[in-house]
Amino acid sequence: MLSKRIIPCLDVKDGRTVKGVNFVDLKDAGDPVELAWQYAQQGADELVFLDITATHERRKTMIEMVKSVARQLNIPFTIGGGITTIQDAEALLNAGADKISINSAAVKNPALIEELAAAFGVQFVVVAVDTKLVEGKNRVHLNGGRLITELETENWIRQAESMGAGEILLTSMDHDGTKQGFDCGLLNTVTQMINIPVIASGGAGTVQHFIDVFEKTGVDAALAASVFHFGEIPIPELKQKLKYHNIPVRL
Amino acid sequence: MIGIVNYGAGNIFSLSSALERQYLNYGMVNTEADLDKYTHIIIPGVGHAGAAMKKLEQTGLVEPIKALKKPVLGICVGMQLLTAHSEEGDAELMGIFPLKTRLFDKNQGIKIPHMGWNNIEHKNNALFEGVTNLTQFYFVHSYFIEYNPIFDIATANYGTPFSAAIQKDNFYGVQFHPEKSGSAGEHILKNFSNLKQ
Repeated sequence: MLSKRIIPCLDVKDGRTVKGVNFVDLKDAGDPVELAWQYAQQGADELVFLDITATHERRKTMIEMVKSVARQLNIPFTIGGGITTIQDAEALLNAGADKISINSAAVKNPALIEELAAAFGVQFVVVAVDTKLVEGKNRVHLNGGRLITELETENWIRQAESMGAGEILLTSMDHDGTKQGFDCGLLNTVTQMINIPVIASGGAGTVQHFIDVFEKTGVDAALAASVFHFGEIPIPELKQKLKYHNIPVRL
Repeated sequence: MIGIVNYGAGNIFSLSSALERQYLNYGMVNTEADLDKYTHIIIPGVGHAGAAMKKLEQTGLVEPIKALKKPVLGICVGMQLLTAHSEEGDAELMGIFPLKTRLFDKNQGIKIPHMGWNNIEHKNNALFEGVTNLTQFYFVHSYFIEYNPIFDIATANYGTPFSAAIQKDNFYGVQFHPEKSGSAGEHILKNFSNLKQ
């Protein structure tokens, strides 16, 4: 049976992980490779690295980091942030990334989804969608929720699927950072509407939130950052509890 | 020493890294003559099977690979290339296995691609020596090789039972990615490198 995936997300700036990571046994909390390796040992099924570097030199630094992760990590990982062209994606693929995640570049140029899928296969293309409820409607947002777009979230996700997205990473900006649980209502609507895997993101605070999102919605994976980074929810314990609730996991 | 068929179909960095982690030596196969340099051959592959077959044909390696007597391992699309036909691009493939590569049927209530960790039931083939039954491996694919009791050496289930691994004589194929399947996957690569000629 296909397992539900648990995915820690790491923010990376200039090749270093940011957001105070607080593992007791970590020598260098800013070293993405060491952190990634720790997560793999704990039983993470996959990792997402989000590049938040703004400088022009970013690409070269990122490629080196991706290579270094691929050398040492034996689980799949996704790279997101600043990917706007086929060349960006190809460089990441050749450096060992299993998937890339595109967000605002896809909103600004939806044809990019088609081009990436044609060049590398749909399995390589994750479309990340940041959503926020505005006047009763779920609207796609950019720049970490600061910029509202014309797009209605459900419509955009349907369009992304039809253009060749292999997976949707859906972050609810209303829930993100609150630790009050995932947006199960929207996630349930979305998983019933499309036929590609969906990663739930935004709102994880307790083990029960993970149980809820897998029991109440059809998502394939759940992503979180701080609850993992600060050791609030150890992954082995999380997976044991999911298993106890008959949710298929990889132990 | 392992030779990796370098025909431009996807990323070989992850594969070569996994071999390095297992202290397995490897080199690249670009020409027919290169095939003689290695004791074991791996055909990697991601992306589109029809497109991958075209690239492999351009290297002129199709017939020399089919004539090999040393262990050959196809991974993911590299495995599908060993079959006779793929629904992806309606492509004629190498035909080493008289099997078809088919698209998953979304009417079975499954999501496509099949992406993530799934368990396999294996049949004690040397490739799986030391691997506990029902161990999970990492899969990511939309097309699958139909189950066939003669060639199947490991089975997985996604809507329908399909071949997670196949074998015919010296030819092996795995649908999952051993280079991304944790220590179990690395174990498969090690086992492959230990297969006798």
